Amino acid sequence: MSTVDPVVLPLVSAEQRKQARSVGFTLVVLGIVAAFVLGNRPGDAGFKLVDSYIFVIPAQPFARMLAVVLIALGAAQLLKGFGKWTNVVLSIAAATFVVSFLAWAASGGSFSLTGMLQDTVTRSVPIILGAIAGILCERSGIINIAIEGQLLGSAFAGAVAGSLLGPWVGIIAAIAMGVGLSAILAVFSIRYRVDQVIVGFAINFFALGLTSFLAARVLTDHPDYNILAPFRPIALPLLSDIPVIGVVLFTQTLFVYFAYVAVAVATWSLYHTKWGLRTRAIGEYPKAAGTLGVDVIKLRYRNVLIAGAVAGVGGAWWPIGMVGRFDQNITNGRGFIALAAVIFGRWHPVGALSAALVFGLAEAMQLKMSNLDTGIPSEFLLMAPYLVTLVVVAGFVGRSRGPKAAGQAYDAQ
Amino acid sequence: MKIVASLRKIAERIARTSSFRITLLAVLSAMVVGAFIIILSDIDKLQNGDIIGAIRTVGSAYWALVVGSFGSLRAISATINSATPLILCGLSVAVAFKAGLFNIGATGQMLAGGMAALWVGFAMDGPGYVQVPLAVLAGALGGAAYGAIPGILKARTGAHEVITTIMLNNMAGFMVLWLLKTNLYQRADRTDPISKLVTAPGHLPRLFGFLDNRPDLIAHAGFVVAILAVIVYWWFLNRSTTGFEFRAFGMNADAAQYAGMHTKRLTVMAMMFAGAFAGLAGSAEVLGTYGYASQNFAGNIGFDAIAIALLGRSSPVGTLFAALLFGALQAGGRQMQANTDVPIDLIVVLRALIVMFIAAPLLIKAIWRVKVAPSSTGQTFRGWGS
Amino acid sequence: MQLELRGITKRFPGVIANDNVNLTLKTGEVLCLIGENGAGKSTLMNVLYGMYKAEEGQILLDGSPVVFTSPADAIAAGIGMVHQHFMLVPVFTVAENVVLGVEPTGRFGSLDIDKAREMVREVSDRYNLNLDPDAIIEELPVGVQQRVEIVKVLLRDAKVVVFDEPTAVLTPKEIIEFFEIVKTLIAAGRGVVFITHKLKEALNVADRIAVLRRGQVVGEVDPKSATESQIAEMMVGRPVQLIVDKKPHAPGEVVLEVKDLSIVDADGRTMVDHVSFTVRAGEVVGIAGVQGNGQTELVDALTGLRHSTRGRVELDGQDITSASPRERHSKGIAHVPEDRQRQGLVGGLSVAENLVLTRYHDEEFSNGIVMDWPAAHRVAESLITEYDIRTPSADIEASTLSGGNQQKVIVARELSRPLRLSIAAQPTRGVDVGSIEYIHSRIIKERDTGTAVLIVSTELDEVMALSDRLLVMYRGKIVADLDPKATSAMDVGLYMAGSRPASAVNA
Repeated sequence: MSTVDPVVLPLVSAEQRKQARSVGFTLVVLGIVAAFVLGNRPGDAGFKLVDSYIFVIPAQPFARMLAVVLIALGAAQLLKGFGKWTNVVLSIAAATFVVSFLAWAASGGSFSLTGMLQDTVTRSVPIILGAIAGILCERSGIINIAIEGQLLGSAFAGAVAGSLLGPWVGIIAAIAMGVGLSAILAVFSIRYRVDQVIVGFAINFFALGLTSFLAARVLTDHPDYNILAPFRPIALPLLSDIPVIGVVLFTQTLFVYFAYVAVAVATWSLYHTKWGLRTRAIGEYPKAAGTLGVDVIKLRYRNVLIAGAVAGVGGAWWPIGMVGRFDQNITNGRGFIALAAVIFGRWHPVGALSAALVFGLAEAMQLKMSNLDTGIPSEFLLMAPYLVTLVVVAGFVGRSRGPKAAGQAYDAQ
Repeated sequence: MKIVASLRKIAERIARTSSFRITLLAVLSAMVVGAFIIILSDIDKLQNGDIIGAIRTVGSAYWALVVGSFGSLRAISATINSATPLILCGLSVAVAFKAGLFNIGATGQMLAGGMAALWVGFAMDGPGYVQVPLAVLAGALGGAAYGAIPGILKARTGAHEVITTIMLNNMAGFMVLWLLKTNLYQRADRTDPISKLVTAPGHLPRLFGFLDNRPDLIAHAGFVVAILAVIVYWWFLNRSTTGFEFRAFGMNADAAQYAGMHTKRLTVMAMMFAGAFAGLAGSAEVLGTYGYASQNFAGNIGFDAIAIALLGRSSPVGTLFAALLFGALQAGGRQMQANTDVPIDLIVVLRALIVMFIAAPLLIKAIWRVKVAPSSTGQTFRGWGS
Repeated sequence: MQLELRGITKRFPGVIANDNVNLTLKTGEVLCLIGENGAGKSTLMNVLYGMYKAEEGQILLDGSPVVFTSPADAIAAGIGMVHQHFMLVPVFTVAENVVLGVEPTGRFGSLDIDKAREMVREVSDRYNLNLDPDAIIEELPVGVQQRVEIVKVLLRDAKVVVFDEPTAVLTPKEIIEFFEIVKTLIAAGRGVVFITHKLKEALNVADRIAVLRRGQVVGEVDPKSATESQIAEMMVGRPVQLIVDKKPHAPGEVVLEVKDLSIVDADGRTMVDHVSFTVRAGEVVGIAGVQGNGQTELVDALTGLRHSTRGRVELDGQDITSASPRERHSKGIAHVPEDRQRQGLVGGLSVAENLVLTRYHDEEFSNGIVMDWPAAHRVAESLITEYDIRTPSADIEASTLSGGNQQKVIVARELSRPLRLSIAAQPTRGVDVGSIEYIHSRIIKERDTGTAVLIVSTELDEVMALSDRLLVMYRGKIVADLDPKATSAMDVGLYMAGSRPASAVNA
């Protein structure tokens, strides 16, 4: 046998190296964009935080400084790597980049940053709740592609019942609709063992078709069925007095507060209760739970129905929390964004919350950007959040692993 | 005589197969549920106690559905016209399914292909036998290029195509909107996002162009393209070497890798093929149906295509018939909306119900108390990991 | 507690898995259920455990009939089961897995994980199982995972414990430890049902042996008086040859040379650690080792399915370290993969298509664009005859074949061409005795024609019988290079467990 001296060096696999490299390159690319795009507009940008205070960032120097830092960080990552700090470095870099982007967009003028952030939180509500619905299902081993349909169906139910019988009944009706659509998903995928993706898509079509049909056939002739006064923001005592944060987080409608609670409860229940342990078990390896006497079928039914209720509240947000009426396809793909948030957030409620906030920020920014003269076509700004998601999913989330048993019918035998 | 006999044999065999029976019963079940929806939503008549009148509406609505899809040459032409992009997009989703990928991105690919075809359509001015094939080809290439993006991302980084294609759909929508406002695409006298017109020789010829004085027969040669695409898809799956690789990869990715197949290349190729089919659908719409592009010329076709591929179980013939069924519903639905007060959105409900019923043969069995062979639609989803 | 199964019959579409089975088990007794793969042992136990519902028959506990409609019923009645494929959630901790279903809870249904830890520690200490409640299952060796399964059963206070093929994944040393655990269970007044297809173990540990063949109990034997060949004959229904018949080998030139190969996986764990060895023409080199010690990764690297992190692989002196699977295939490397369902076959494709799965691109079947299916069919038909693959037709889906016939499809495909090197991982896992004999003879025949053969198997008996040279892998390293004829199974077992036999230490 040949004797090669073993080299004592930590070996790194190709996958690890690739991952590290892509982070490094992203940082460098962000730096280059900061230098050449964000650094091309002189002028100060004013971010109004509270009525009396405007935070001023000189857009150009800020962008240039950021560019230098980003390229340096990128180079450091490529040469040495930040190890376990990689994600922290990356998040801070990304956040700073967004600030610089806003400064660039607003240079020579000013806008209300607080207002935009408040809008961000508001608009992420249906995405957060949709994502929680998705997590509850997928953690129990049922793929929920039908979030979109559940949101849309319950938005319709909420609008009609809310118009006729008041907003609280509207919310209850929306929950009932969400649960009803979830029941279809549950019965078909658990009882009839139909491919979960097929049922999910069919439910989306069903909800889209039925709500459009009823809107056209009933609501057009009866406008009084489709008008209600949406909830007003409620300023929470004490908390809402905190500068900036008070307005952003604690001067919101009940829907936002419900979303906070939902995320907290979902996180705690999934990781710290008997129910959560069993739920995660039946999503990973249902047979392991089944052989210990856990009723997999019953638990799956229950969780899918709970998910429907959560999505129902998310759907009610449109008529009752925001616009006061229902329009054809009012959800406009938000359910799919919620699905992306589930994966983006790695099947964890807090992760999904963060992802939903990113999408909410994108939406809020779109609205703001259309008011600012940035010189580049608004379509590209509108495209930006999707591009960012694409880059993030491709570069960093990559081969994310969901619950193992998701998508498979459970056979007790 | 011999031909007639063999045709009868084929017909008998189809009638005996349980998948045909299930489809028939599923359509029937969907119609029954649809009837309830029509009656229950007729609240004015119901409030007046006119239940007979509400039921009568169902009859006239369904009659219009049949007449509007197959009742006349004009109806058949409308069915063909509606089915054309559905067939092509259905193939787009189907070919990806065969390779184990879930292409939600047919909409974006259709937009990309349509815009490419459109450019050839208005920038050239004949001769038609050069311009039309060139424009159609440009459509396929445009779609393939756009489809390649999620394929490459999946192969190189493992990013799940469900997410990337949804993102790319949204991006394509804004890209089209922007393009339609550039000097290159925008019609000279317009301020809204609407494109220049395809030049006369650049139009896909009308199928029934040989009949005089029938400008209402709108079906165009895009249907021929779609039928050819079905044949190509069949040949590709069953006869070609790469088609075999697609099938093996789609059913068992690990085994495909073990067998020495280049799975990354297959991933990219599958998404490119998917994109090419969707791109063809885009060019058929732009060059045949509209003659120009507006912001939303892809409509919901990319999503309908998912239902079609599921319904047709991704097989060439199954996808073709599923698309024809959906096209007929579309054409008939327009007639229904014109003749009665039942909105066309009903057909979206019917489509959803048909897919659900077909996917659950056990349910059909329970409702109609018939014997059906236990058949499964198989699992389309292979998990979020890769 | 006395357990009795009376007239159990369980049918599946097309087969009778259990046919009027009668069995009894008394307290403090080890009943061994022995039979071939597919004889109906696991089905029977799943009926007992409430997972299957039998069409006919009764289960009696202490003489009174009971009906189990779910595992929950069986658990409540004091029956516990350690499944062949461990029923453990890989991403959970030991404590989480153990308490699943009987969770200690605090307020609002919150999980009392401290209590759970304590429960695990208590049982683990009492039976001397030495478990860390906070370890993550997927990071534990299989032997430890099995102990977690045992704790699960004990915590639920099972009076009867069923072990389904418990030794398949253990080292000889772990097997001895396992038998000790069985003895403690018996001493604590519990009954044990022990399912196996290994004759030695049955004779070793059982108080009584029941032999199952094709769903029926064909007899009970007394381990004190019965012999291995006698039981084997009952199992198979005909006399069986227990040893592999082979001529002495005549090794030729070096075909495969592995130099200083290391593999680090995506999570940064070193799976193969500076491994070097050679395989010569006309010799069978076996790699023994407990599952999960780097064999899978090594085979993947040798067949091109995985990149090595450092080191070199040479075939006939040519560097093939970074060659693709297809290049290796065309250079004459055959690969029988360890998991036929996952890698070796595409269940949804036809038998014929599977028979050309690694060769479809050859000129014989394809011009690069179009497949020549008639040609593929001709080859498939002749392979089906030559390798005695029992299938109604070449066109049915491969997933409908039995395990043994599926394995024959793979062996036929891989060995039916001129080869330089044949790599077979777990070539007979889950395969009936007839097919095992056939596959072994095929492998030896391949060696005799001058092919270099590398066998990777966790079945120590198999790898010792087939090999001319035996390597042992432990934690990614090759820890021994042995002559199987001059080494005892016990010594190999010690190497597999990471220690060294006394003889080797002295030498």
